[in-house]
Amino acid sequence: MPRVGVLVFPGSNDDRDLLQALAERGADAVPVWHKDRGLPEGLAGVAIPGGFSYGDYLRCGAMARFSPVMPAVEALAGAGRPVLGICNGFQILCESGLLPGALVRNRELRFLCDDVRVRPEDGGRFALDGDDLLLPIKHGEGAYVPDPERPPRVAFRYLGENPNGTTDMIAGVVSDAGNVLGLMPHPEHAVDARLGSGSADGARVLDAFLGACLAGSA
Amino acid sequence: MSEPRVDLALALGHGLAEEDWERILDILGREPTYPELGVFSVMWSEHCSYKSSRIHLASLPTRGECVIQGPGENAGVVDIGEGLAAVFKIESHNHPSFIEPHAGAATGVGGILRDIFTMGARPLASLNSLRFGPLDEPQQRYLMRGVVSGIADYGNCFGCATVGGEVSFHPRYRNNILVNAMNVGIVRSDEIFLANASGPGNPVIYAGSRTGRDGIHGASLLASSEFDEHTESMRPTVQVGDPLTERLLLEACLEVMKTGAVVGIQDMGAAGLTCSSFEMASRARTGIELHLERVPQREEGITPYELLLSESQERMLLVAQVGREDEVLEIFRKWDLEAAVVGQVTDDGIVRISWKGSPVVAIPVDPIAENAPRYDRTTAARPPSAEPLDLALLAPPSDAGKALLSLLGSPNLCSRHWVFRQYDQLVQSSTVLRPGGDAAVVRVPGTSRALALSTDCNPRFCALDPYLGTQHAVAEAARNVAVTGARPLAVTNCLNFGNPERPESMWEFVEAVRGLGDACRALGTPVVSGNVSFYNETSGEGSIPPTPTIGMLGLLEHAERRVAAGFAGAGDAVFVLGETLEELGGSEYLAVIHDREGGEVPRLDLEAEARLHALLADAASDGLLRSAHDAAEGGLAIALAECALFSGHGLEVRLEGDLRPDALLFGESASRAVVSVEPAHSERFEALARRHRVPCARVGTTGGSGIQIEPGIDLALEEARESWSRTLPEALG
Repeated sequence: MPRVGVLVFPGSNDDRDLLQALAERGADAVPVWHKDRGLPEGLAGVAIPGGFSYGDYLRCGAMARFSPVMPAVEALAGAGRPVLGICNGFQILCESGLLPGALVRNRELRFLCDDVRVRPEDGGRFALDGDDLLLPIKHGEGAYVPDPERPPRVAFRYLGENPNGTTDMIAGVVSDAGNVLGLMPHPEHAVDARLGSGSADGARVLDAFLGACLAGSA
Repeated sequence: MSEPRVDLALALGHGLAEEDWERILDILGREPTYPELGVFSVMWSEHCSYKSSRIHLASLPTRGECVIQGPGENAGVVDIGEGLAAVFKIESHNHPSFIEPHAGAATGVGGILRDIFTMGARPLASLNSLRFGPLDEPQQRYLMRGVVSGIADYGNCFGCATVGGEVSFHPRYRNNILVNAMNVGIVRSDEIFLANASGPGNPVIYAGSRTGRDGIHGASLLASSEFDEHTESMRPTVQVGDPLTERLLLEACLEVMKTGAVVGIQDMGAAGLTCSSFEMASRARTGIELHLERVPQREEGITPYELLLSESQERMLLVAQVGREDEVLEIFRKWDLEAAVVGQVTDDGIVRISWKGSPVVAIPVDPIAENAPRYDRTTAARPPSAEPLDLALLAPPSDAGKALLSLLGSPNLCSRHWVFRQYDQLVQSSTVLRPGGDAAVVRVPGTSRALALSTDCNPRFCALDPYLGTQHAVAEAARNVAVTGARPLAVTNCLNFGNPERPESMWEFVEAVRGLGDACRALGTPVVSGNVSFYNETSGEGSIPPTPTIGMLGLLEHAERRVAAGFAGAGDAVFVLGETLEELGGSEYLAVIHDREGGEVPRLDLEAEARLHALLADAASDGLLRSAHDAAEGGLAIALAECALFSGHGLEVRLEGDLRPDALLFGESASRAVVSVEPAHSERFEALARRHRVPCARVGTTGGSGIQIEPGIDLALEEARESWSRTLPEALG
């Protein structure tokens, strides 16, 4: 199985959950410290976990994008390798320009932890089947606002009620080249149906990421 | 730097009594310096010294097979098997949260997290118990919004799941809201750290945030006196939290502890640097020498007095092995935290503090810490309620269904979804049962075990009878844990009371402690940690109802055997466990439907309670239970309706009994639960109940889209849900 890196910023809270979930799916998942200037040898892809990088005191992801490790991640993405950003990771990818658009505060201006249904659409290089997924969300700034100059390829849309005021029910987007995926729901918290959200649908998202990693940068 | 003249008047202004001043002169053999007066005032504050409560707390049962560390350290520790231990405690942050709800509640969470990781444990789950005044008052809504967002901001950013707790409303909390925060962490049993300053010559290290001027006199003045007209001016005594730094401090502390270089460690909470140095020296029977100018500071011009009394957050005091300072400092710096050697351990039993070479404090440890003043305060039993409740004068409602809808929509019984959805309930991927049911269940990482966690107190019962009411709080907290299939193991508590100098408040406290001890002995759940919060009252407006919040920890050997509160499907048999008597005293029903609060608190047979817990544990471990839910506030009708609302499966049941219908439906008799069982297992379950001598009545079946409860209730599930779920969003936005 592929060797993948999980970035760890100060305040990345879901890094250990993501490392464990990827390892359980057979990946050789290694933590990558934000102060490192390069990535470990032989990474087939990088995942950026949820949490509150640098406390998100300024604006979500605004500090993390300037971390020493980020140029190497941008180079990896530029080379066509898969990059997955979950929640805060999605926000960091938007801040760094690897994904178009921005994430702003939830409509009700409150943090929101709940289970949602999402429908996969255009997964780019991430081969998602068409079945709906039940996944948890937990964020304060999850309303996606598209960049009018760079309309997004929509990877996931919420079903049912709009949870946070996001534009056109967008829950996740994929880059023009199809190798960078960001989403607000947390697949790593839905890999064991015996836990909290009672769903294992997140495994399908992580498997799609690992599948893209296996397929290489072709 | 000019300092005020130190005399009796200044001491009184610091919250000390005249006899305290005499005692200080006696201990020192001279007048104290200004910083010394500050030190005495915080160390002898009610909040830090427990001077009014100590002699009573000594009566609590604190030992048991599972107890590794009882009260006296930063938190209690119990053995949970497989070489692991659970570290847990609940603590109040009431006064700061009233004055500045967001920051007050946030730093309450921060404080309890530090208490847990100070002992070497990684925090696993948070709970909180919140009490406000009436929900229809704008100020209370402001307070509640602020408190909930403060808890959410701190806990979510720190990265510890908030998995449960309780919220309730009563007019007597209007001017003194309660914010009690609980946390549970996991540590290897052989890697527990204590707050000892052992080994003269060992370096004393400061780590974490720099010290600023926030929180000065938080413990001595804010937490240890009533509110009055000057309260508003005390906002600067509330600390400001920084959850990212706390997270880094956690990681750095756990990493430093792994080196083996740490001798002892304590967080700087109430009374900051002062309290942590005196307490660490006191526990080890040593002394400490500190050089204050070496403390990392946020700004220039902070005085020694301020440095000693600041309650800036996210700070730790460590004692390391001599010669290994650099190793320790290096790790904190890796995490971008301040760290400095600020002194050393000595052997003369005195804490000596200097500022740029000049001594500013020299106080013997024992007289100020272990031998602080203790009071046996006067108590006076409150006269029994003037208006005993005469049920004959209260007619049962003509429409029981309408009464159930009113209760479901009432602030104390409605859905808490508005609150819980602001908390990250999932981080660390351990949460098995999320908030909203009876107890939260969290998996112990790396094992098949799980912990069940609950907080509970019924202040209405405690106001009517503090002794029996406190027993009910323990029994219900244990029952909350037991319905998940867990065995109740141990207790932490947060005793929230009025002014101890008033004999009636003191009587309530003494009665509650007696009830706590008796109930914990009967249920075999020792008290391993706790906190006392007095002075929850406002001049001239009276006190809060006595509120001994119980935090219960239970153990499930197999996480997958956990039982949820909501029904699991249609066609299951519904049973009521326990006995329903004609007991409406102190019930939600009386308060909501009849606007009355009096009457007798329901009886409580703790042996029957323990038998119920044993039955639930056995039935869960045999896989017989499809669902189990405690029947308490709002009675059987509310419990049954909740089982349906949690799951979306309706029910059809008939409750039998010779009681008034409202007592049958809404009475709050103790030691009861509602369970559902597959019909094929019904006989086995009934036999098990007989063996445990628990009354067990099959009352009906799950399924359908209605809530049909004989006598008199026939509602559509969606109508009930509408009433239950809209109250908090409508009030709070």
